[in-house]
Amino acid sequence: MLPFAIVSLLVTVSQGCGRHSGDPDTAVESSYGSLWPLPQEVRFSSLSLKIRGSSFQIWDADESSAGPSCSLLKNAYRRYYEYMFPNERTKGHTNGFADPSELSQLHVWITSSDSECDGYPVVTSDESYELSVNQTYAVLKAPKVWGALRGLETFSQLLYEDEYGARNINLTEISDFPRFQHRGVLLDTSRHFLPIKVILANLEAMAMNKFNVFHWHIVDDPSFPYLSRTFPQLSQMGAYHPYTHVYTPADVKMIIEFARLRGIRVVPEFDTPGHTQSWGKGQKDLLTPCYSGPTPSGTFGPVNPILNTTYDFMNLLFKEISAVFPDPYVHLGGDEVDFKCWKSNPDITKFMEQHSFGEDYSKLESFYIQKLLDIVTSTQKGYMIWQEVFDNGVKLKPDTLIHVWKGNQQQYQNEMAKITLSGYKTFLSTPWYLNRISYGQDWTSLYRADPHNFTGTDEQKKLVIGGEACMWGEYVDSTNLMPRMWPRASAVGERLWSAKDVTDVNDAYSRLSKHRCRMVERGIQAQSLFSSFCRHEYKGI
Amino acid sequence: MASCTICLPALMMLVLDLNTVESVWPLPQKLAISEERYPLSPTHFNFYYGEDQASIMTDCSLLDSAFTRYFPLIFPDLTSGNGVLPSTEEKAFSLVVTMNQKDCDGYPNEGSSERYQLNVSAGQAVLNSDTVWGALRGLETFSQLVQQDEDGTYFINKTEIEDFPSFQYRGILLDTSRHFLPLKAILNTLDAMAYSKFNVFHWHIVDDPSFPYQSRTFPDLSSKGAYHPMSHIYTQSDVRRVLTHARLRGIRVIPEFDSPGHTQSWGKGQPNLLTPCYKGSSPSGKFGPINPASALSYTFMSQFLKEVTSVFPDPYLHLGGDEVNFSCWQSNPDVRAFMQKMGFGRDYTKLESFYMENIVNITSNLNKTSIVWQDVFDYHERIPKDTILHIWKGLPAQYKAEMSRMTKAGHRVLLGAPWYINHIAYGQDWRISYNVQPLNFPGTEEQKKLVIGGEVSMWGEYVDATNLSPRLWPRACAAAERLWSDESQTRSAEAAFPRLQAFRCSLLRRGVRAEPLSPGHCRDEYRGI
Repeated sequence: MLPFAIVSLLVTVSQGCGRHSGDPDTAVESSYGSLWPLPQEVRFSSLSLKIRGSSFQIWDADESSAGPSCSLLKNAYRRYYEYMFPNERTKGHTNGFADPSELSQLHVWITSSDSECDGYPVVTSDESYELSVNQTYAVLKAPKVWGALRGLETFSQLLYEDEYGARNINLTEISDFPRFQHRGVLLDTSRHFLPIKVILANLEAMAMNKFNVFHWHIVDDPSFPYLSRTFPQLSQMGAYHPYTHVYTPADVKMIIEFARLRGIRVVPEFDTPGHTQSWGKGQKDLLTPCYSGPTPSGTFGPVNPILNTTYDFMNLLFKEISAVFPDPYVHLGGDEVDFKCWKSNPDITKFMEQHSFGEDYSKLESFYIQKLLDIVTSTQKGYMIWQEVFDNGVKLKPDTLIHVWKGNQQQYQNEMAKITLSGYKTFLSTPWYLNRISYGQDWTSLYRADPHNFTGTDEQKKLVIGGEACMWGEYVDSTNLMPRMWPRASAVGERLWSAKDVTDVNDAYSRLSKHRCRMVERGIQAQSLFSSFCRHEYKGI
Repeated sequence: MASCTICLPALMMLVLDLNTVESVWPLPQKLAISEERYPLSPTHFNFYYGEDQASIMTDCSLLDSAFTRYFPLIFPDLTSGNGVLPSTEEKAFSLVVTMNQKDCDGYPNEGSSERYQLNVSAGQAVLNSDTVWGALRGLETFSQLVQQDEDGTYFINKTEIEDFPSFQYRGILLDTSRHFLPLKAILNTLDAMAYSKFNVFHWHIVDDPSFPYQSRTFPDLSSKGAYHPMSHIYTQSDVRRVLTHARLRGIRVIPEFDSPGHTQSWGKGQPNLLTPCYKGSSPSGKFGPINPASALSYTFMSQFLKEVTSVFPDPYLHLGGDEVNFSCWQSNPDVRAFMQKMGFGRDYTKLESFYMENIVNITSNLNKTSIVWQDVFDYHERIPKDTILHIWKGLPAQYKAEMSRMTKAGHRVLLGAPWYINHIAYGQDWRISYNVQPLNFPGTEEQKKLVIGGEVSMWGEYVDATNLSPRLWPRACAAAERLWSDESQTRSAEAAFPRLQAFRCSLLRRGVRAEPLSPGHCRDEYRGI
């Protein structure tokens, strides 16, 4: 065993991105190379090994509980081999004898008896792993396949090119696990339809940044692209186009499997009672008719909470959703309900009187949400909701996850304190609305936000399960999604994965510049942090 | 087909929306579209030269290749099989092109007429122009007039157009120094420029961070100054490819070799060019702007600009001259001695002026017109009258005052300040670009005539091939219309909005990764990732 020490790794060339004259703060070379997000514990040796595509192989360790039938891992081995050796043409084979200056094998060892190879990742999934790069071979140990996926990504990030283009890896010991369990990215496929290809590319980039939740804000006011088997008219009438701008059951299935293979959960959001204009096109009498004086105005408001038919519809729809999406959670929205239309409607006014709600329409909203939660509970799903539902005092199950999105820093920190004080679990998005753009390096403010920065006890902090980067779709579609998302979301990725004290922006800049070049090399349209170059630039247009 | 009872209403609404929109961007000066429409069929469509033109136009390869290019733009579904449904009304349709001047082989320049007339009637459209450049603009307009109905059948409305640009110079600046832009990204930008009737590609080719231009005379400039000497450079043949691609689209290419500042990358391959900075009495190891006190600098610049002017055919050359930091010059004893010798006192603006005057003279001896950034004028009013001044600084009040001063001094002016669209913001910031009024500054009619046009700048600090297209398009289209169209007819961004949305969708269909303006969709979404 070689003595390991934390030493400066002088990666002199590799992925470039070194020149940013006139910006001395960013001219720092990180001793952690291009690792992103930074693992919890890293020990490098200065001793490096060659690693060649022609001889390198990834194996299941003999002791591993995941055998040759674990296609999730097999897929991952191939994927990471191709990431590491994109131009390799010679067939992989071992030459039988061990060259001490070369690393030829990575053994992947799933240590617990149930590898979870054929399961879906869930919020409690174990993503920890240990990686040790020794002379001649490396070992990746993880209790579950989910940790192995994270470890493979880390392993691929240890490779660097020398000035001759040869690949090297230093002897390394890594012990790693995520700081937060819920590390999500939200895509909005209602304001603009996102072709499958873009969603898949985004999932790939998420895996490169160790995100594990794809929050699919699938429908909203502008369009309803989800093709429901139970209510096909919802997308037939509510999608931008009934054939070209919809997600069929097969599409959804493919996305879920693609995500699973990368250890990513797919949590769909069917936001009600507001944000449902597009639902009304295909589902008669679902939305509240708004009134102008004594007559209907022809416009519609939120879901009509006073009709039994509304709940019959929701019951069937959520039954379908709970079958289509395997994740134990579904996001129910509940944000930004505009009471104006409800107020204008005489039937609702009468209903309010009958139920003694007075003038308090948030009570009506609570009434609706309460019934919806009962419906969803009956499908054996847990739920996430936007913070307003909590703010309005709706009775929630104790395992409800509350999604914080509003306010300035002070406000969202107070909200987190309030929610956790009430004993609920929560996750944060307010500082991570990536659709909001501004000139310059705004990733630094994303990077500095921390979900634990609020006043509360340790017990309260434990109730924070993570956060989500949100890319709302008003101004985003397949033309600009990827460069707007990456590497800005990477900043959020590190905040949610790495240790709390990983906050050095200069060190992060150095690693993130290289990480973004690596994403570009892997075909991800990740934009640049500042004047610089990548050895392999994006080749598309 | 039964299911179409459901989908038809939605589709028809979409098509009707498109139909009610005057779909040409930028808006022609005079446009009359009538209700009457004629079907077009790709199999019965032809481009012709006017009868009296046939002999003189036999070898106009520029227009021939434009026809080849525009055919699939006019009939985008040709390959997918849609839209070629035989129509009972099917008749042959031809676009007949006539030009008053027959020159097909030259490059466009500041005097090139882009005026054209287009009359669309039954079975025939007649496109008339002074020059081949006007014909290109007319072809673009024609391609935008052709639409598809709900069955996919192509049609065009009876139309009369008389069109010409409000400003002769309508440019886009790309910065290939802060990030290297692969050739493909530049060529794609040129395509999109032609669709929006831009006519100048201002190539800010080198700057502090890197020197990607591969010089014949001084190959070390790129081999030492580029980000990478092999992969991050523009070879001479790359440059020729850009020039050709641009010429075929009626676009001028004006290179910028910015000096004396913004030249850090030059120093790597050209020793003794930059000023050594001093710390106290000894050199600090750092370098400042080009050394204006050394005769070698001027010798180098003459040789280098001689090459540049032979490579780039445009009569204009952008010489930069912006943001010169004087602290390094001040620290250098040789420069200080030179100041004394020249009687400049402590006024380093005089030293910069001295340098720029020399460079402008070198350029005019090479028979080129100089463009310089406004700094040069701000420091020094005694620059040759034919030098074009490029305004880039300040808020509207400031740039308007600057325009007054410059035009009063008799200089031609180019407006860049309001169109720095590398600066991004959340929401529909194109409206700000659209509302710019380039001639709204205090001055006489004569002064206004000196405003030759404007330019959209996409500086490269945060822009490379991954995000260039969606940042540029359709945001740059706002300036394109402002510079081409009649301001009095295009005052309202609100009125322009649906037309711009339709244009953005056609950019997508043509393979330009133009970002969305608001929630909504295009029939053909962007297909790449």
